[in-house]
Amino acid sequence: MTQPTKIQHLFWRAGFGASPQEVQMASKSSITQLVDQLVQDAQESLPLTHETASEPGFNRKALRDIVAGRNQLPADEKRQMLKDLIKENRGKTGDLNYQWLTRMGEGKSALREKMTLFWHGHFACRVLNPAFVQQQNNVLRQHALGKFGDLLLAVSRDPAMLQFLNNQQNKKKSPNENFAREVMELFTLGRGNHTERDIKEAARAFTGWGFNPLTGEAVFRQNQHDEDPKMVFGKTGNFKGEDVISMILERPETSRFVVTKIYRYFVNDTPDPQRVGELAQRFRRTDYDITDLMRAIFTADWFYEPGNVGVKIKSPVELLAGLQRSFGVDYGGKQAVLAIQKALDQVLFYPPNVAGWPGGRAWIDSSSLLLRMKLPEIVLHSVQINFKAKDDGDMNTEHLSKPSGKFMNSSVDWSAFEAAFAGLQGQALFDALSGHLLQRPLAPAQRELILKKVRENPLRDLTLALLTLPEYQVC
Amino acid sequence: MNRRNFLQNSALTTVGSLLIPDFLKAYRVAYDRVAYDERNQLGLGPTTDNVLVVVQLSGGNDGLNTVVPFRNDIYYRERPRLAIQPDSVLKISDELGFNPALEKLKTLYDEGHVTVINNVGYPNPDRSHFRSMDIWHTASESNQYLNSGWVGRYLDTRCNGSCAPYNALEVDDTLSLALKGAHVKGMAVQNPEKLYNQTQNRFYQQLAQTNHAEFAEVAHDPFARDPVDYLYKTLSETLSSAEYIYSKSKVFRSSVSYPESELGRRMKTVAELISSGVATNVYYVSLSGFDTHVNQANQQERLLRQYAEAMHAFVNDMKQNGQMKRVKILTFSEFGRRVKQNASNGTDHGTANNAFLIGEKGRGVLNEGPDLTNLDEGDLKYSVDFRRLYASLLDDWLGMPSAPILGKKFEKLTI
Repeated sequence: MTQPTKIQHLFWRAGFGASPQEVQMASKSSITQLVDQLVQDAQESLPLTHETASEPGFNRKALRDIVAGRNQLPADEKRQMLKDLIKENRGKTGDLNYQWLTRMGEGKSALREKMTLFWHGHFACRVLNPAFVQQQNNVLRQHALGKFGDLLLAVSRDPAMLQFLNNQQNKKKSPNENFAREVMELFTLGRGNHTERDIKEAARAFTGWGFNPLTGEAVFRQNQHDEDPKMVFGKTGNFKGEDVISMILERPETSRFVVTKIYRYFVNDTPDPQRVGELAQRFRRTDYDITDLMRAIFTADWFYEPGNVGVKIKSPVELLAGLQRSFGVDYGGKQAVLAIQKALDQVLFYPPNVAGWPGGRAWIDSSSLLLRMKLPEIVLHSVQINFKAKDDGDMNTEHLSKPSGKFMNSSVDWSAFEAAFAGLQGQALFDALSGHLLQRPLAPAQRELILKKVRENPLRDLTLALLTLPEYQVC
Repeated sequence: MNRRNFLQNSALTTVGSLLIPDFLKAYRVAYDRVAYDERNQLGLGPTTDNVLVVVQLSGGNDGLNTVVPFRNDIYYRERPRLAIQPDSVLKISDELGFNPALEKLKTLYDEGHVTVINNVGYPNPDRSHFRSMDIWHTASESNQYLNSGWVGRYLDTRCNGSCAPYNALEVDDTLSLALKGAHVKGMAVQNPEKLYNQTQNRFYQQLAQTNHAEFAEVAHDPFARDPVDYLYKTLSETLSSAEYIYSKSKVFRSSVSYPESELGRRMKTVAELISSGVATNVYYVSLSGFDTHVNQANQQERLLRQYAEAMHAFVNDMKQNGQMKRVKILTFSEFGRRVKQNASNGTDHGTANNAFLIGEKGRGVLNEGPDLTNLDEGDLKYSVDFRRLYASLLDDWLGMPSAPILGKKFEKLTI
């Protein structure tokens, strides 16, 4: 394996790829230095900001109150006003989506953004209120590389998650188990590592954990909290939610479950039990230090073994961000980007369910593969998209499949890309381009086929042909 | 696939094989009807050429205004402005009648083709669209998250990992979770000709034929197929399936006139593929827009009319072409709606709902209508788990044992 392939492997997995210039720069450093640099660059957490999404009280009820306050308006105008406000609200989640996607594609704080995307799939959540969407995303980003325990606690006090998993309704007199169940089953221990009793009792410990819908602040409602003793994992005590979280973190299954998921996401869909075991021990020993874990993975020799390189199917978001990253793409607005995410089954802030996106081969079917292979041409040549994402019938996601996403107004900064390959011709140009764009070697027959695609502009023609290959779908 | 199956399948290799590179031969199956019949003779399945057409009404169709309990006082009390008056319902029993917009469905009902199943749902219902649809697609419990769909798992079971994608087709641009198996996925085809043209890309064809693995320096886990192999396999199958479907679909043109709606066009496509003898056992079609929170009446009637007219044309088409005996249509929605109407002349998300089966022989109203005196927080309680419907269709219509596909045994309905 060549050094550039290794460097690109690191940049793809720890971020969203890199421009040819960045790869050239990086080749002067060792892998350890590069990982240090990635961690260093990710020190600062740059929150998503939407000028009005952050306004407190931006939920359905607040919207109704705004409308109700306009007494002078006739009823049908009020109805229209509410409709417009709700629509505006949805538009803001789309703005946040676009803001985040382009952030990934710019490459700033790459490792933190990549981890945030991972945690977004892990702590998968859907809510309508864009202020809560933004708040949760920033919480994930803030703790993305810190201690897993802090992240878990912060998510457990996050209004979007509490709302999504019905903990606002979890009260002493009528406990709601949804939150406690998913915390154990999907966020920490995994299925089969706890009992139904553990869930029931833990749910009681989380009674009274809620939020103020107007400000988004976490609140503890003492009068709704169940103070009686509970029995969790065989221990009895007057546990509060924090105690349950500590007890969950004490269990080795938690470390193993989270590390397995990280390994599958960052290394290989098929986990290696021994490596996962070693990493899980280390994760627990370091009090769940996420940065330490990621550093251990990215500096391990086995991470760069051929069996781990070019074997992950890129997620739709990685594909979009990766094109932007390599070619300095400006997508020119959210509509087309949202429509592509929808058609390829990964819309940021709309995970399919609380278990997140399944990933791997689940991304690929006949129609998604054809669209994925066409995507580079759509983006680099701003061509028309001739598909319509399915309308799933939900009034709240209707806008994602509107045909307004029909045209891609993207623009590409070819000059930077071309500069990196200046002076190269024929086989040398081919080798340099395929080495940069693909993480898998090509067979001689493929090379021959692609070289035939050269017309007037060898660099651009070869680039587009290489991007069309199924090999470009993996990293 | 073991060596014996491999040899049997290779012997059946026909037209589509020109596109399949050598390294994929091991995955491939019979690609046209001849081979399909030969497979049957060799006992390789499928054992039936029955067809199931699933029609999904997305958004949560209001079941109470679809099959109206026109003698129920509670219904009229809870829906002062939305209830459909007894004199305008199309009566199908002493208690129940169709929405007047379902006139064409009533015709099919009177001809004995329709089964109405009331109170279909599942335990611990979820009132979120995407979650409830997920549950219907994956046939999971409401607290269980599966990554594969029930039709997809039907393909998995039936094909033992090697099936052509067109064995289950969704007439749409993108593929629903319902048709994605753990190993085999169905295929989305909005229009056979357009898909064919899209795949008539010389470069794609050449790519699919090029042996990319010739120069493999990557050490693969022998037990997990490499993702790049998987992508090439999907590409090859897509190209040959598109070719197969298009060449088959040219054989037959429907002479029945279909309504000028999206659903009408889609049902016409399904009908032409069925009459052409395409080796597809499951078709999947959606009609969206049923999320009627505001001013429900007009919108629901418009959609129900579209639905009924499309079904009517389709059934007539099937009858004219002698296909009706091998076709069944299942119609469902992810949930019904709240009994009480809301303040905007609409209804909010609910739970149990009715489902329809349309086939050569219907069974009329299969079970008791909804009990409005016994509600769960204002919503109907289910009495028929939707997976019983799936189980009946899998076992008794598609000839595939349902338990491995649905995860457990469900009591069947007589359909």
